[in-house]
Amino acid sequence: MHVLVLLKMVPDVVEDLEISSSGRALDLEYLRMILSESDDHALEQGLLLKERHGAKLTVLALDAPEVDDALFTAAAKGADRVMKVEGMDAPFTTRQAARLFSQVIADGHGILPADLILTGVQAIDDLDGLVAPLVADELRLPYLGIITGISVDASGRTARATKEYPAGVRGEFQIKLPAVLGIQAAEKPPRYVPVAKVRAAMKSMKIECAEAPPSAGDGWPEVNVLEMKRNEPAGHAEMLEGTPEQVSDRLCGILAGRGLF
Amino acid sequence: MSTCPVTLETLPQIPEGREILTCLQCGVCAGTCPYGDVMEYPPRRMIAMMRAGMLEKVFTSDSLLACVACYACMAKCPRGIRLTEILLPLMKEQALAHLPELPGELQRALQNTLRYGNPMGEPSRKRAAWVKTAGVPIRIFAEDRKPADTLWFVECYTSYYPRGQDNSRATARLFHRLGIDYAILGNEEKCAGECGRLTWEPGLFETLMDYNMAVFQKYQFNRVVTSCPHAHNAFKNRYPVLGFNWALEHVTPFLARYLDRLKPLLTRKLPYKVTYHDSCCLGRQNEFYEAPRLLLKAIPGVKLVEMVHNRVNAICCGGGGGGMWLDTYFKAKGYGRLSERRVKEAVATGADVLAVSCPYEVSRFEDALKVLGCDKRMIVRDVTELLAEAMEE
Repeated sequence: MHVLVLLKMVPDVVEDLEISSSGRALDLEYLRMILSESDDHALEQGLLLKERHGAKLTVLALDAPEVDDALFTAAAKGADRVMKVEGMDAPFTTRQAARLFSQVIADGHGILPADLILTGVQAIDDLDGLVAPLVADELRLPYLGIITGISVDASGRTARATKEYPAGVRGEFQIKLPAVLGIQAAEKPPRYVPVAKVRAAMKSMKIECAEAPPSAGDGWPEVNVLEMKRNEPAGHAEMLEGTPEQVSDRLCGILAGRGLF
Repeated sequence: MSTCPVTLETLPQIPEGREILTCLQCGVCAGTCPYGDVMEYPPRRMIAMMRAGMLEKVFTSDSLLACVACYACMAKCPRGIRLTEILLPLMKEQALAHLPELPGELQRALQNTLRYGNPMGEPSRKRAAWVKTAGVPIRIFAEDRKPADTLWFVECYTSYYPRGQDNSRATARLFHRLGIDYAILGNEEKCAGECGRLTWEPGLFETLMDYNMAVFQKYQFNRVVTSCPHAHNAFKNRYPVLGFNWALEHVTPFLARYLDRLKPLLTRKLPYKVTYHDSCCLGRQNEFYEAPRLLLKAIPGVKLVEMVHNRVNAICCGGGGGGMWLDTYFKAKGYGRLSERRVKEAVATGADVLAVSCPYEVSRFEDALKVLGCDKRMIVRDVTELLAEAMEE
C-alpha cells in the first residue's frame, strides 16, 4: 500500500501580516510560512495508515520558505520519502497549487501508483477552491472530503472513510482505491517529534526535488486580488461595571433598548 | 554541540552516574517528592529499576510526567545524588520517545518554543512590545550596539504575560533609578530553554542554546542578569559548554547587592503583611534564600512572616519540569494542584501579600487563589513589583 500526502505552506498568522506596497498581496519579505494545519492532520492520518497497514508513505510539498523544516519533520515522524516541487515562485492560488501537484504526480518521479492521496481539506489561503477535489479532478480519481477517519480493507482495494456533517452528524462511506481524500482531522492529534529526531533526519534523509514541468504555468487560471486591507475597528466594547445586580440591570436595559427582549 | 552527550547507557561511566548507583534506597526522595504519592515509580523506585535494568517500564509509565523538577529529591538525598540534574532529564528524554502520546498542552508549549521562542505561541516579533509601556527608557542592543555593563535577559513570561510584564516594568524602573548601565536583546531574545531540558526535550534546548549564544556573541557586556530563575539555571549549568562565561545573576540577588543604594529610594510605606515563596530554582538549586527576604525587609511598613514550609522545605508551585503546561493533564488524573497546596499555606499565615521571585509563580498562585476563593484576602506580587511600588516617583 502506498499513501501520498500533499503539503502546502500557508502564512503564519501568529506573526503580524504586512500588506505589500501594491496593496494587493501580503508582503512576502515579512511573511513567515507554516505548514497548513489540516495538511498536518493529513500527514498524521498517513502515519497512522503506515503504522496500521505497513504502508509506504511519501510526502510531497510545494517549495516555499520553511518547507524544508516541515519535510524533515515529516521524515522524523516516519515518512519514507520526502519531496518538494521546485521551479515555480510562490504564492500560488489553490488551482495553481492543485495543477502543480497533479502534474508532478503524473509526470513520473516514481510517485505513482499511490493507493491513497491525502491532503488537508482546506487551507487558510484557499481563495479559488480546495486542493483535494481539484487534484482528484486532474488525476481523474474519486474524491471524498471533510474526512476524520480512514480504514482500508484487507485487499487494499477499498477504504471506509468517516465524513463529518454539521450538527454532529457523521457518515461512513466506502470508496474504491485509488482515491483522493480531503482530511478535516486525523483520528489522533498530530504527534510530537523530538527536535533531536528532526536534526537526525536532516543528516540522514534527503529531500528529493522535482522540477515543476515547463508547461506548468501555461494558462494559469487567475484570481485577481483587487485590494487587500486590514480590518478597521468600527467601535469598542463597553465594559459593564458595578455589582452583579447593577451589571445585570444595565445588560437587560441594553438588550431591551435594542429590541432583543 | 561539541561535548559528548551523556546518555543512560554511558551514565554509569561518569562520576555522577556512579554516585546514583550508591543509592541507599532510603526513600527520602519519594517522601519529599510533591507528587511521590501518585507516581507509580517515585525517585527511589526509578533508581531501583535502573539497577535492575528495567528502566523501560518507567519510561512507558506516566510517572515522569509528574516530575515538576523541584529539586526536593536532590536537596534531601543523604547521599547527595543529583537526581534532578542528571538522571531525571535523561529519563524524561526517553519517556518522550516512548510515551504513546504527549499531553496536548505540553506538546503545544514545546512546539511554540521551537517556532516562536516562547511557550505561549506569542509572536516572536512582539517580544519587546512591552518596552513601550515601561515608562522609562530601555536600550535594545539591536538599535544601539554600544557596550553595556549588564545584559538583562528578560525571558518569556516577563515579556508576554500581562502580569509578567508588570514585573518587567518594575525591574526597568528599579534599574533606571539605580543607574544600571544595561540593555536588552528585544525581539532577538528567545527562551533560554531550561524547561526544554528539564521537560523532556534536549534537542529543543540545544537549538535554543545555540541560537541565544550566537546572539550573545554579537554584543559586548560584562554580566547577564535575568528575571527568570529557570533561565538563570540554564545559563549557570548548561550554557558554559558553549562558552558562556559572563558573570550571571538573577534580578533578586542582583538588586540585593544594591541594597545600600536602594534603601534611600524606598520611601513609600507599604502596610503589607508579606510571606515569601522560595522558588525551587533560586532556593533549593542555588540557595538564594536570604536575598529576597533582605529586600522585602528593607521596604518600609512590610512585615515578613514565614510559611510552615520555607527555604529548603518550600513546596513547589508545580510549574517546573513542564508542570506549567500539565495542569489539565494533572486535573484529568485527579492529582491535586501544588499551587493550591502552597497558597493554602500562604493564606494560613494571615499575610495579605504572597511575594515571589519567579515569573511562573504569579500566574500559578493568582489562579490558585481564585480557585480557592481567597483572591480577596491575598494578592501575589513579585519582589521587584513591591520594591518599585515602594519607590516614590
